[in-house]
Amino acid sequence: MNAQGTVHKYGDHVDTDVIIPARYLNTQDPKELAAHCMEDIDKEFIKNVKPGDIITAGVNFGCGSSREHAPVAIKASGVSCVIAANFARIFFRNSINIGLPILECPAASAAIQNGDQVSVDFDTGVITNITKNETYQAEPFPPFIKDIMEKGGLMASLKAGKAEA
Amino acid sequence: MGMTMTQKILAKHAGLESVRAGQLIQAKLDLVLGNDITTPVAINEFEAAGFDRVFDKSKIAMVMDHFVPNKDIKAATQCKQCRTFARRFDIEHYYDVGEMGIEHALLPEKGLVAPGETVIGADSHTCTYGALGAFSTGGGSTDMAAAMASGQLWFKVPSAIRVYLSGKLRPFVSGKDVILHLIGLIGVDGARYQSLEFDGPGVAELSIYDRLTISNMAIEAGGKNGIFPVDAVTRAYVESRVDRPWTAFEADPDAEYERTVEINLGDVDCTVAYPHLPENAHSAREGRDIAIDQIVIGSCTNGQLPDMAAAAAVLKGKHLAKGVRGIIIPATMHVYRECMRLGYTDIFMDAGCVVSTPTCGPCLGGYMGILAAGERCVSTTNRNFVGRMGHVDSEVYLASPAVAAASGIAGHICHPEEL
Repeated sequence: MNAQGTVHKYGDHVDTDVIIPARYLNTQDPKELAAHCMEDIDKEFIKNVKPGDIITAGVNFGCGSSREHAPVAIKASGVSCVIAANFARIFFRNSINIGLPILECPAASAAIQNGDQVSVDFDTGVITNITKNETYQAEPFPPFIKDIMEKGGLMASLKAGKAEA
Repeated sequence: MGMTMTQKILAKHAGLESVRAGQLIQAKLDLVLGNDITTPVAINEFEAAGFDRVFDKSKIAMVMDHFVPNKDIKAATQCKQCRTFARRFDIEHYYDVGEMGIEHALLPEKGLVAPGETVIGADSHTCTYGALGAFSTGGGSTDMAAAMASGQLWFKVPSAIRVYLSGKLRPFVSGKDVILHLIGLIGVDGARYQSLEFDGPGVAELSIYDRLTISNMAIEAGGKNGIFPVDAVTRAYVESRVDRPWTAFEADPDAEYERTVEINLGDVDCTVAYPHLPENAHSAREGRDIAIDQIVIGSCTNGQLPDMAAAAAVLKGKHLAKGVRGIIIPATMHVYRECMRLGYTDIFMDAGCVVSTPTCGPCLGGYMGILAAGERCVSTTNRNFVGRMGHVDSEVYLASPAVAAASGIAGHICHPEEL
């Protein structure tokens, strides 16, 4: 599984309130949520984002509220992957559970610049910066989490487990 | 190597002799919680996966609190979806308008959480119940869906930070000041993926409500949970509310902590977290130049009866400064009724405040106190992120009920001693 796209770069502690403000939490529709994705931190994001694009950020991405609407909005906006130095734990969980690919990689987070073309190999964790001709190695997921992601998220994994049992 | 209190509770619920930090486990759950924002997403996931039964109708709590009484048609539709699901599966702990409260104040009040239990909630402030010696943490809606279906969930066993408390609180200083002080020390990601394990002789000096406020904001330091030992204070609170057997877990003497943070409670002053992160801690004495437009006293962090009492003590016989709006929100119907019985409601209204039915409303910029561009609010809530309470150019200053009340009277950030 691979992804490739243009990078939208953000800083540290990007919270779920700016990813999807609570004033839009009266809906669960992914498309409607995506229309307001990143609105309070970057009004241009939703105009500029193209399918396959990649978000990079610093530390503690997705901190704050547990709203699953945040990774849902990012996924529905067409973003193929989020790369951060590290993630807040509920956002990390939610992304795995809904099948939004995320990678922890401080080196990539530091080196990649806004607008760079980047590709990701999810099997190896290798991140390639096509613009800069550099590669970075992300932390691989433990097998347990990789299994959930490969089955397409937590509910799919739970159903598969039920079928096996 | 010994285990922390959190690790012992998780081991027990995973059916294991012992666990170690970093281990991935499946743990059985004693309670699964959702609210009117997160439950609809969980219901969609639950139904899309084809489940037709819940694991235990007595171990699921649904609390309509974020946008109720319904703020608009979309919110009404979301609540209706929760109500229909709750009826279909005969969910025992479904709380709607008239009997609801803000979830993290309501569940302890109703005796739905006991020491030693494991609780997952589709709300980040589910960590509140660590105050009662339970393992509780926030997850997402899909977590809630899976938990409703199976009664268990995957967890990574957290490593721990020991927070060693000593000394006694000074006048006007509360649990809110302690947690803002701690987040100021370790930062908003200082406990990322870790448990905060409170300990030391200072614990006995903290009321259960101070502890609930402290555990509530463990997430604001990035923590998975924030847990207190079970002592006489816990027992006094729990015994009149919980009628099922429960177990008090204790950390092993040789439990492993990644580090220890020591706080002498006597060194903590009234603390205000400036925009736009809860780690921007300042003494309330520094804020004379920061004029404000609104105060909000309430939320899952500070909407309990002692919070109302602290606000009433400061506001009694006084009035808000000209141009300041005051919004007071008791967290549950019980707290609301007690505020009336004890005369706090009159004190608040005489001071020029409005008193609202329980709701999360303004805390997350939902409704009931949205800020315009350029406006500032001193709030007893838990987050001061960009746009949290309204316009992206508004500002939220986090503080205790006493500081919020004093600031409302002064018209600027104010330590209650300096009124």
